Amino acid sequence: MDIFLQQLINGLVLGSVYALVALGYTMVYGILELINFAHGEITMMGAMVSLAVIGALALAAPGLPGVLVLGAGLAVAIPVCMALGLLIERVAYRPLRHAPRLAPLITAIGVSIILQNIAMLIWGKQYIPFPAILPQGRHEILGASISDTQIAILVLAVLIMMTLILVVQKTRLGRAMRATAQSRQVASLMGVDVNRVIASTFVIGSALAAVAGVMVSAYYGLAHYYMGFLLGLKAFSAAVLGGIGNLGGAMLGGLLLGLIESFGAGYIGDLTGGFLGSHYQDVFAFFVLIAVLVFRPSGLLGARVVERA
Amino acid sequence: MSALLSISQLSVAYGGIQAVRDLSLEVAPGEMVCLIGANGAGKTTTLKAISGLIAPQAGSVHFDGQALTRLPAHEVARRGLTLVPEGRGVFPRMSVVENLMMGAYTRRDRATIARDLDQVYALLPRLTERRAQLAGLLSGGEQQMLALGRAMMARPRLLLLDEPSMGLAPLMVQAVFDIIRQIAAGDVAVLLVEQNAHLALKTCARGYVLENGVVTLSGMSADLSANPAVRQAYLGE
Ligand SMILES: Nc1ncnc2c1ncn2[C@@H]1O[C@H](COP(=O)(O)OP(=O)(O)OP(=O)(O)O)[C@@H](O)[C@H]1O
Ligand SMILES: [Mg+2]
Repeated sequence: MDIFLQQLINGLVLGSVYALVALGYTMVYGILELINFAHGEITMMGAMVSLAVIGALALAAPGLPGVLVLGAGLAVAIPVCMALGLLIERVAYRPLRHAPRLAPLITAIGVSIILQNIAMLIWGKQYIPFPAILPQGRHEILGASISDTQIAILVLAVLIMMTLILVVQKTRLGRAMRATAQSRQVASLMGVDVNRVIASTFVIGSALAAVAGVMVSAYYGLAHYYMGFLLGLKAFSAAVLGGIGNLGGAMLGGLLLGLIESFGAGYIGDLTGGFLGSHYQDVFAFFVLIAVLVFRPSGLLGARVVERA
Repeated sequence: MSALLSISQLSVAYGGIQAVRDLSLEVAPGEMVCLIGANGAGKTTTLKAISGLIAPQAGSVHFDGQALTRLPAHEVARRGLTLVPEGRGVFPRMSVVENLMMGAYTRRDRATIARDLDQVYALLPRLTERRAQLAGLLSGGEQQMLALGRAMMARPRLLLLDEPSMGLAPLMVQAVFDIIRQIAAGDVAVLLVEQNAHLALKTCARGYVLENGVVTLSGMSADLSANPAVRQAYLGE
């Protein structure tokens, strides 16, 4: 088996999931300069809600094709997360729009804790297994292997990201979002309902998070009320790596982080003579975060444009 | 003729600071009116209150017979009243064309939007050459032109201009004011805020003088220009 190619595939799959979550952080930051720390928990909610639906369906109608069951899970999880994002913006952030920046940040952490606790009360503290409903096919390419789930994650993530770029670049809503990000006041003078645009940004980010949550739970085969914490922190690191506020940056940062983790976990044992094992995988994100903050705080693609105005 | 814009007894405060008090002002359809005053007189505050960026403490604003008071800015903009803010407010990370198209954000009539865009380019050839350039990289004068062009794309009936001459070299000020006059010739009413009183009174038919948030004088520009108090305080004589 080709280790290098295998790590590359694993890294890209993981990275595309990070990218989807990172986009939510970066979109909200771009428009409000707010770090929505509850975003990781929205991802978790996406995973939990979809698993609840999938589990119930798998019990009630065992004959249904797995892809259909998964689709039903997504179809419930996405709107639930969108509504959640909308609610959080309206209740937790909008009233603090003109407060000092520390206030919404602390609120964000509070919202995360509330969401974790809600999830714990509903689904308990145990790991929830992802039912074996998906095709388990694996394909060999050049000595490495890629599963159907991995292919599906990659393809779906790329499609979603391309759609998002199109929406932001070409649609009326996208133009309003970019205008609002550059100047809320001037955007409103153009007739843009800024509150609506901000709410839409949360809704779109939350939809991406829902999909990412389902992907993660399908990939690792489980979900947990606390999973949003680490996932959110990693995706945030990815957004910072790419340059927070920059959509392309979030995609690049996500993919890079996935690759760093995958290669790091794969080779750390060799590099340290077996002293550190692959379970140190989770540490890389934070090395990356610290290194970026020290050496290039604006991230890889941040602050590219010289602004005169 | 009934007024297009009619402000009555407008008062605006920031916390405890009274910025504008009991201000009444009218602009007729197609008319050019200026509001002059020193730094901190309350000119920008007045324009912000009219366009819905800040809520007034008291008083009313009517546009075309409808009350605008307490409408949010995006609702005011949709009624045909466009503010070109102090400092231009172009979107720096959008291209020139994208900025212009933001001006037409509330419009759905694609064909007429395209025609208006051509008209703006015809009026502002400097923008035509730079249509794909990021607005943040334009010179100050070009940004002011872009802000005017963007306002035209909204097809306003009233244009509120906040110090369009600010920070521009004399030749560029001339060019910008030529454009303003051409826009006004197309039956757009203008409320012009300027510190350059000489230029403002020369451009507009009527004017108001604002001092510490209160209108102290108003009348035809010719009369204001002849007024000894105005000559001494604002025309540097
Ligand atoms: N956001 C604000 N918060 C508190 N006070 C403000 C604010 N904006 C303006 N002011 C005060 O209100 C008064 C009027 O300000 P305004 O900006 O309307 O003046 P202006 O006539 O436009 O002046 P300039 O010619 O310098 O632009 C000033 O005393 C100013 O300090
Ligand atoms: Mg001012």
